[in-house]
Amino acid sequence: MPKRHWPLYLSLALFLRLLLMIGLAPSRSHGAPSQTLMDAPRQRTQSPIVTGTSVIGLKYKDGVMLAADTLASYGSLARYKSVERIRPVGESTLLGASGEYSDFQAIMEMLEDQTQEDRNMDDGFKRAPAEVHSYLRAVMYNRRNKMNPLWNYLLIAGVNPRTGGFFLGSVDHIGTAYEDDILATGFGAHLALPILRRRWRADMEEGEARALLEDCMRVLFYRDCRALNRIQIAKATREGVLVSDPYTIETSWSLAAFAQPKAGADTDGSW
Amino acid sequence: MSSTGAGYDLSATTFSPDGKIFQVEYATKAVENSGTAIGIKCKDGILLAVEKLLLSKLLVPGTNKRVHHVTPRIGVAVTGLTADTRQIVNRARDEAANYKESYGDYISPKLLTERVSNYVHYFTMHGSLRPFGASTLIAGYDDETKEAQLHMVEPSGVSYRYFGCAVGKGRQGAKTEIEKLKVMEMTCRVAMKHVAKILHVLHDEAKDKPFEIEMSWVCEESGFKHAMIDTQLIKDAEKWAKESIEADEMDDDE
Repeated sequence: MPKRHWPLYLSLALFLRLLLMIGLAPSRSHGAPSQTLMDAPRQRTQSPIVTGTSVIGLKYKDGVMLAADTLASYGSLARYKSVERIRPVGESTLLGASGEYSDFQAIMEMLEDQTQEDRNMDDGFKRAPAEVHSYLRAVMYNRRNKMNPLWNYLLIAGVNPRTGGFFLGSVDHIGTAYEDDILATGFGAHLALPILRRRWRADMEEGEARALLEDCMRVLFYRDCRALNRIQIAKATREGVLVSDPYTIETSWSLAAFAQPKAGADTDGSW
Repeated sequence: MSSTGAGYDLSATTFSPDGKIFQVEYATKAVENSGTAIGIKCKDGILLAVEKLLLSKLLVPGTNKRVHHVTPRIGVAVTGLTADTRQIVNRARDEAANYKESYGDYISPKLLTERVSNYVHYFTMHGSLRPFGASTLIAGYDDETKEAQLHMVEPSGVSYRYFGCAVGKGRQGAKTEIEKLKVMEMTCRVAMKHVAKILHVLHDEAKDKPFEIEMSWVCEESGFKHAMIDTQLIKDAEKWAKESIEADEMDDDE
């Protein structure tokens, strides 16, 4: 019966309030830094949550190519295995992203809105990849200055619709931007770039370029724990942009140490 | 019109004794004096066409566009006071962008029409505002229902869905001509020629200002995207139209 117990509730409430008062009073009077959420310094994104790993890109004879796998990780968990991290922007630009996937989606939405605005103008103007690159540089740098970065490392590839010149550039989450003939983000900068540097030539045929990127993606799959063997390759040429459907790359596990994992058991177990 | 003025036409908030809002009727009049705009629902999509009267011989061809993109699948043709039409086009684009931002998908032609209607209607309800002297044809492909639709928003804020509609100077003649055509059995490409002919027939070369034709479509040929029709294609249609008109006149003479 609630009616009979009301004095009990009242006294309990009063007691709790008393506890609260004496609990808070001393810490305030000592001027110690408060630990409540409201008073703590305001913090923004400190790290990405759902992430994509490396994107790699190169210029070749007829255009520019990008490659990325289709994995979005949640920490070390392979959370989403069929996610597209290379997207077309307008008719002559490609955007590949590693890092926070939701931030990439937000960036894509922004760029799509702008593409529509360009289209609405109907004056024949087409945005060049260098312009997309510079714009994203400005956005990323501005957001980092607001201490609220978009957590991505982006590759921008494409062909200038006016001059026909090829473009490959990168922007990171603090706004560092540069262009090169070969580029790689994340682990790719460590594992793929050395391969690209050794094998890349400006006059590569499309097939050669594709094979080189596949080799890089294979090495990344072997060595990067956040990578997947399901990849997409996209190309931007003077004919337009094309993002391939995701496909699985061949891998080889015939190495003796893989075939007989116990073979090294008499040593320290490593190979 | 009955009793112009008499104090009932000073504000869009005042009804006349016989239930009219004169400001809205004046706005409609403004549309009736401008270039004809035609919209047709064909077998394979929607065709929009506008007769753009040229105010001066010094104008660069293609200035003051009257057909506009809104989303990849929706376009509008406008007629009336040019500056008013721009306001409406901007609003339509804002509504489309806003819808996409909120719901992640493109707005349907029907909903866009509704929103543009609301906007236009709002301007008929306040003493401090003037109704738009502009009518808007909205053509678009609905991804949900898989069909192309044609709507028109009038200065009063009312909107209907049409198989074929016409506004502006030559609307009466255009409507009767459209009714004669078997529109639903035609493709946009064929209808284009007939529309060009209608615009040329209705145009009084002695009295009216010279004009340009602007056309766009949302049809199978354009992949159900809103696309402006190439000027060369329009020129070809006009050539056919003129020849056809001449042939008709020859028949009449006999």
